[in-house]
Amino acid sequence: MTWVAAVVHGILLGGYYALLAAGLALMFGVMRIINLAHGSLALVGAYMAFLLVEHTGWSTYLTLLPVLPGALIVGYLLQRTMLERSLRAGQLVPLLTTFGLLIVIANLLQEFFSPDVHSLDAGRIGTAAWQISSELSIPWFDVLTLGIALAVLGGLQLVLRFTQLGRELRATAADADTAELLGVNARAVYARATAIAVAVAALAGVFYGMRSGFDPSQGGAELLYAFEAVVIGGIGSLWGTLGGGIVLGVSQEIGAQINPEYFAIGGHVVFLAVLVARSASQASRIRYALRRFA
Amino acid sequence: MSALLAVEGLDVRHGLLQAVREVSLDVAEGETLALVGANGAGKSTLLRAIAGAHRPAAGRIVFAGRDITRMPAHRRARAGIALVPEGRRLFPELTVEENLRVATASRRPGPWTVEEVLEAFPLLEPLRRKRAASLSGGEQQATAIGRGLMTNPRLLLLDEVSLGLAPVVVEGVYRSLATLIESGTTIILVEQDLARAMRVADRVICMLEGRVVLEGLRGQLTREQVTGAYFGLRQGATA
Repeated sequence: MTWVAAVVHGILLGGYYALLAAGLALMFGVMRIINLAHGSLALVGAYMAFLLVEHTGWSTYLTLLPVLPGALIVGYLLQRTMLERSLRAGQLVPLLTTFGLLIVIANLLQEFFSPDVHSLDAGRIGTAAWQISSELSIPWFDVLTLGIALAVLGGLQLVLRFTQLGRELRATAADADTAELLGVNARAVYARATAIAVAVAALAGVFYGMRSGFDPSQGGAELLYAFEAVVIGGIGSLWGTLGGGIVLGVSQEIGAQINPEYFAIGGHVVFLAVLVARSASQASRIRYALRRFA
Repeated sequence: MSALLAVEGLDVRHGLLQAVREVSLDVAEGETLALVGANGAGKSTLLRAIAGAHRPAAGRIVFAGRDITRMPAHRRARAGIALVPEGRRLFPELTVEENLRVATASRRPGPWTVEEVLEAFPLLEPLRRKRAASLSGGEQQATAIGRGLMTNPRLLLLDEVSLGLAPVVVEGVYRSLATLIESGTTIILVEQDLARAMRVADRVICMLEGRVVLEGLRGQLTREQVTGAYFGLRQGATA
């Protein structure tokens, strides 16, 4: 039964990872940008919510109303002022730019909020749980997180499939030059993609702040989990990201079930196994192709 | 006759290679102009420069009275210039209908809608929900032309629309073009098939090594003159 509990909690945790990874997958899918500052932008979302709670006494959920539109604007400006320029300089430069951004954000957060651990109040949902059996309880908050992740991924999928913005995003991702010839302003499309990605990151960050304490140095660690979810799920695919998040969450929980210290390792092992399996299947395909020529 | 498009002293470079050298030409509203010339003569580059996909190194492009030399490609599409690029360049993962709908980004109202395009290219009607990557060459070409038309262009640029297609399919593509030409759409087309270019176009321009070497109305040019210019032979020598 404890193993069942581990799997169930892993699936729920996967919802959080998918939420965190969705924006990363979107930016990579559309612009081939690996945004190393993604986890840091999520943290900024959490800190902004914290600031609002401190000054207004609102519930954490209510702070999403100003935080998400704010994040949209930040994402749009980030693309137009920094990422757009670095994209023009080649594939590697955005990687360096976002790495720099990760460091700048961590230091700014430390400057303004101190290195102390902060947390956000999740309200009554944060503590309530369904007691299924003596060993399995399902926290409401985790179910809410998974539900939000499903709603965000489903919403993104609908936008991509059925709206003009979605068609322009997919067309620009496939061939930006040709999209331009049809009247698509590729730079504006990129900026909108980044705006959505940063808003989803901020949403994930607020949920992260409600599920555990956070401090300014955590952007990198959160990025790693999001990155693993994206890679396991297959790069650039939204539903794959959900699958990847769930596989990551389940492996971590099973690792922790074997030994509480194996939580993070469980995820890393599966991540590496997926990478090795992918490259092995690629290598065997290459060998097969070579044999046909030999 | 007022020109819809005026190109003045245009130079376009690919790195060190100068693909288009001091080209000047005018296209009147409603006219069909054919650009002919050997591979590497600069025809495609000239079309791409007009559409905004390449920045010229020197010269001016004036469209409908406006200097568009520095205008980005998407704004030219919104001003009414559509390029059907060489090699079709469809969005492979999008369906036929989605490929067509992307072009509504040009925000130009006009006669061409998805339904109109499907009516003009009936072969696409049963394929509208198929991914573009799964289409045959002729079907892809029809989609690419339809996608260009969806921007409701005042000037349609067609780059090698018959390249790599079976002769029967080319016939079909040109039958559709004939309807377009009759409807008064201004067209510049690049065509390898000299005979076909001289049949469809009102005027023919022959390019060689980036320059315009021969220009004339359909009736004024003989096939021999054009062939001579095509291969860079002196006109006296062909006579």
